[in-house]
Amino acid sequence: MANILELTDVVKTYQTTKAVDHVSFSMPRGSIFGMLGPNGAGKTSLIRIITRITQADTGTVLINGMPLNDDHPEDIGYMPEERGLYKKMKVGDHLIYLARLKGLSEKNAKESIKHWMEKFDISDWWNKKVEELSKGMQQKVQFIATVVHKPSLIILDEPFSGLDPINANLIKDEIDNLRSEGASIIFSTHRMEQVEEICERIVLINRGQNVLEGGVKDIKQDRKKNLFRYQIEGELPPGVLDGKEVIDRSPESLIMRFTQERDSNLFLKSLVDAGAYVQGFEEILPSLNEIFIQTVQEQGMTIEEPLNTPS
Amino acid sequence: MNKLWLIIKREYLSRVQKKSFILTTLLTPLAFLVFFIFVGFIMGYESDEANKIAIVDQDNMLKRAIKDDGKTFFSFPNASLDTLKAQTARGEYNGVLVIPALSDIQAKELKLYYYSDDQLSLDVESAIESAVSSRIRDFKIATMNLDPQLVESLKTSVEIDPEPIAEGGEDISSMRTAIGAGLGFIMGIMMYMGVFIYGMMIMRSVMEEKTNRIVEVMISSVKPFQLMMGKIIGVGAVGMTQFLVWIILIPLVSVFVNLVFGFDPQQMQSPGMAAAQMDPDDMQSMVMMAMQELGSIDWWVIIPLFLLFFIGGYFLYASLFAAVGSAVGDDIGDSQSLTLPISIPVLIAFYIMMVSVRTPHSTLAVWASIFPLFSPIVMPARLAFDVPWWQITLSLVLLLGTVVFFVWLSGRIYRIGILMYGKKVTLKELGKWMFYKG
Repeated sequence: MANILELTDVVKTYQTTKAVDHVSFSMPRGSIFGMLGPNGAGKTSLIRIITRITQADTGTVLINGMPLNDDHPEDIGYMPEERGLYKKMKVGDHLIYLARLKGLSEKNAKESIKHWMEKFDISDWWNKKVEELSKGMQQKVQFIATVVHKPSLIILDEPFSGLDPINANLIKDEIDNLRSEGASIIFSTHRMEQVEEICERIVLINRGQNVLEGGVKDIKQDRKKNLFRYQIEGELPPGVLDGKEVIDRSPESLIMRFTQERDSNLFLKSLVDAGAYVQGFEEILPSLNEIFIQTVQEQGMTIEEPLNTPS
Repeated sequence: MNKLWLIIKREYLSRVQKKSFILTTLLTPLAFLVFFIFVGFIMGYESDEANKIAIVDQDNMLKRAIKDDGKTFFSFPNASLDTLKAQTARGEYNGVLVIPALSDIQAKELKLYYYSDDQLSLDVESAIESAVSSRIRDFKIATMNLDPQLVESLKTSVEIDPEPIAEGGEDISSMRTAIGAGLGFIMGIMMYMGVFIYGMMIMRSVMEEKTNRIVEVMISSVKPFQLMMGKIIGVGAVGMTQFLVWIILIPLVSVFVNLVFGFDPQQMQSPGMAAAQMDPDDMQSMVMMAMQELGSIDWWVIIPLFLLFFIGGYFLYASLFAAVGSAVGDDIGDSQSLTLPISIPVLIAFYIMMVSVRTPHSTLAVWASIFPLFSPIVMPARLAFDVPWWQITLSLVLLLGTVVFFVWLSGRIYRIGILMYGKKVTLKELGKWMFYKG
């Protein structure tokens, strides 16, 4: 099985609202997978189905090719968007408790927690009460709780909200490490720019429906408009633009479209040959945000404002 | 099972290790004792001011003799009423008591006159009445030429000793009834308090888990039902611990207080009248009898049954409190309106329990002790009164069935409630949740 997670035709209805509306997608093992969509699109509902917090009305969810069963929660690490810990508990005891609920023995739990606390340089928090920690500090504890039992599937719901850039990077690095150790990671967020550089594959969710799925590179390539930006110092040599499609022109840059991609390089060559000083050259790829809005509009849907369902 | 055990352990230890828990558990017996001693002191409080009363005995019925009672001092000054009134006004006496002549020797009523500007207190009034009435009785006996001993023998003290008719039936003294009632009352109160104190504790704890959002992390590892049961059992164990400590500590503390301060709190509870009218020998034999009766109660039957009903009642109501806690989150107002429907049966059961202690075999008591919402509180109150086994069995079976049903029901509400935010919850809403799919 190459896919760690496979969803087929999953439906979940809360009273009148369809939180998840016939969603199917699959996630390759060992990948970092982005689940994107605006607030209230149904991301958390999907996660709750995968983590067995709720059940789907219809449809199947396979983990490693097996239908969801009682053993799966121990193989999943889930960090919810709304995070919380028992305030009165000591950090060490709390982490041991959560790790043991995931099936670790007391000894293994202790070892793994010590290892992580050293990694995050917070070993001296062991005997501190959770309520003594700042919000960002609690987030680190929460992250450790999510990964302490070495789950093969890690689900992070808005993992960077409330984190300063330094700690966000720290978490990003750890996510990369975990992936290289073989874990598969789902990122759920409405901040699409956050995941653009991390995720290999994404699924876009809007109003409970899967509107787009695929590899980030492929999606961008598919949707690109063959636009190229040239950064040029000084005047353009005369005649170079003849017969070419100019999209935008400003003193520093020139945006062109070519139906044949390789023409962009030929144009670059002609610029250089004509004596222009080209400082930069890049292909303009659409951002995930743009792709999302465009896709939604193409499908004749609207982007739903946050629904009154669990977000 | 292993996870349930982990949850129970955490719920239990996190409470038992709290300083506030240790303090409450240790100090409550002391507080109770202090309270009883205080109440005893207040009830037994007698006016500490001495009353000097001048008597004008117009027919000399009292023969210038009357018993003072330590607080009220009578005297028979040879002065006119007017002089005495003036002396009273100056503060030499607290009041002047005029005893008119009896209209005839067989008169059953006599009106005395008391002159004073001070309000006549109840204590003083009854002291005067009993002292004068006893002297007039002596006067009548003397005047009628009766033999005082014969008169005394007219009084007969009557006491009922219930005897069984059936062969081999148990010979129960009336003392047994009183002790049974006391025991039943104590058990009923324990049930009532247990349900409320620990039910509320569970509700608050569920609300807290929901409000600080730990719950979603928890139920990604364990089933909501496990979490709820773990909490109910853990808190129940806390309650058992607390009761156990109290059962050991209360007698110890009362013995200690008795030794150090030299008085028995038990006596202080029934102050003044009861103790004063009983002579010490009677008291001693009473205590002996009470001890004997306590020994003759079938503790080996009553205590396990009490525990069964306690556990049943606890699970029944605790699960409901958990369901309410899951539904309301941090809104105290909502929680009050939703706990009301739970509190009402508990309160009704409590009042039925109070009546059942006095009439343990009345129709009300019997059926209330079988009806599962009331039985955990009412049945223990009847246990000391030889309840027929069919009633106990029926009651327990019904209770067990109801507990299973309510725990299941609460579990259904709980699993939806803990993930539901920002919604105003009504009873109707809760009803709908029961039928939601996972």
